[in-house]
Amino acid sequence: MRAGVITFPGSNCDRDVAVALAACGARVERLWHGDSELPALDLIVLPGGFTYGDYLRCGAIAAHSPAMREVVRRAAAGVAVLGICNGFQIMAEAGLVPGALISNAALKFVCRPVALEVASTNSLFTAAYRPGQTIELPVAHHDGCYVCTPDDLKRLEDEDRIVFRYLDNPNGSIADIAGLLGPGRNVLGIMPHPERAADPRTGSTDGEPLLRGLIEALN
Amino acid sequence: MRARVHVRLKEGVLDPQGAAIARALGQLGFGGVGEVRQGKLIELQLDDSDPAQAEARVRDMCERLLANPVIETYTITIEQ
Repeated sequence: MRAGVITFPGSNCDRDVAVALAACGARVERLWHGDSELPALDLIVLPGGFTYGDYLRCGAIAAHSPAMREVVRRAAAGVAVLGICNGFQIMAEAGLVPGALISNAALKFVCRPVALEVASTNSLFTAAYRPGQTIELPVAHHDGCYVCTPDDLKRLEDEDRIVFRYLDNPNGSIADIAGLLGPGRNVLGIMPHPERAADPRTGSTDGEPLLRGLIEALN
Repeated sequence: MRARVHVRLKEGVLDPQGAAIARALGQLGFGGVGEVRQGKLIELQLDDSDPAQAEARVRDMCERLLANPVIETYTITIEQ
């Protein structure tokens, strides 16, 4: 199972997610945003960080990187894509998931563990959790408030594409959405950081079932 | 040719920065200030000589990068 983690200018969680995936048994390659061609991959990861300084809008400029054109093509062809935090913002800007991420409602950068409900286990990413399971993952973001149109929200709910909800909403996201799937169910955008909760030394391993489950599903 | 693009949050999209500005104005003693919303001004110097063509190109820039149509609207002013 070959995973590729894309580094953009300003990505800073790329190494963490590569280490976490490797610890779960994946073969991981580090890729550069400027490369318009990508190797054969089973999983593409868009990591967290502050690409382009969050200039213009978070993820707006990174969404137009040469690598992202290919990521969008691969996602349409069914390749699994995981976008974490800034990676989720990049995905939304690239149209891989509906809606947008805007400033946290309280205007503060929130950096703490949050309780999440696994709202759906009907996905590659959440099949290793129990339905309705409560987990704890850290968030670290200033612009994590998820918004979308009422039509998009209805579609997300009807199609069971909301996979994580905040139990204590830290940013004002509509419907407490912390993570959701793209229309093909192969793309996950998630604001909390599963890669920061995949090793007992970081205080929680609640992110491990996401990563390990995903790798096993793709093997 | 110069283009000025005003990017604004759509009506109904939460604008906590605007709300913070409104509060700060209140704290400074400015009464009678209602809702405040903050937008962006992007100014571009363009090589186009035809204003209609310049506007069309800037509209394309807005649709593809300068504004996020999910949450923002924009207006374009072309100045010679």
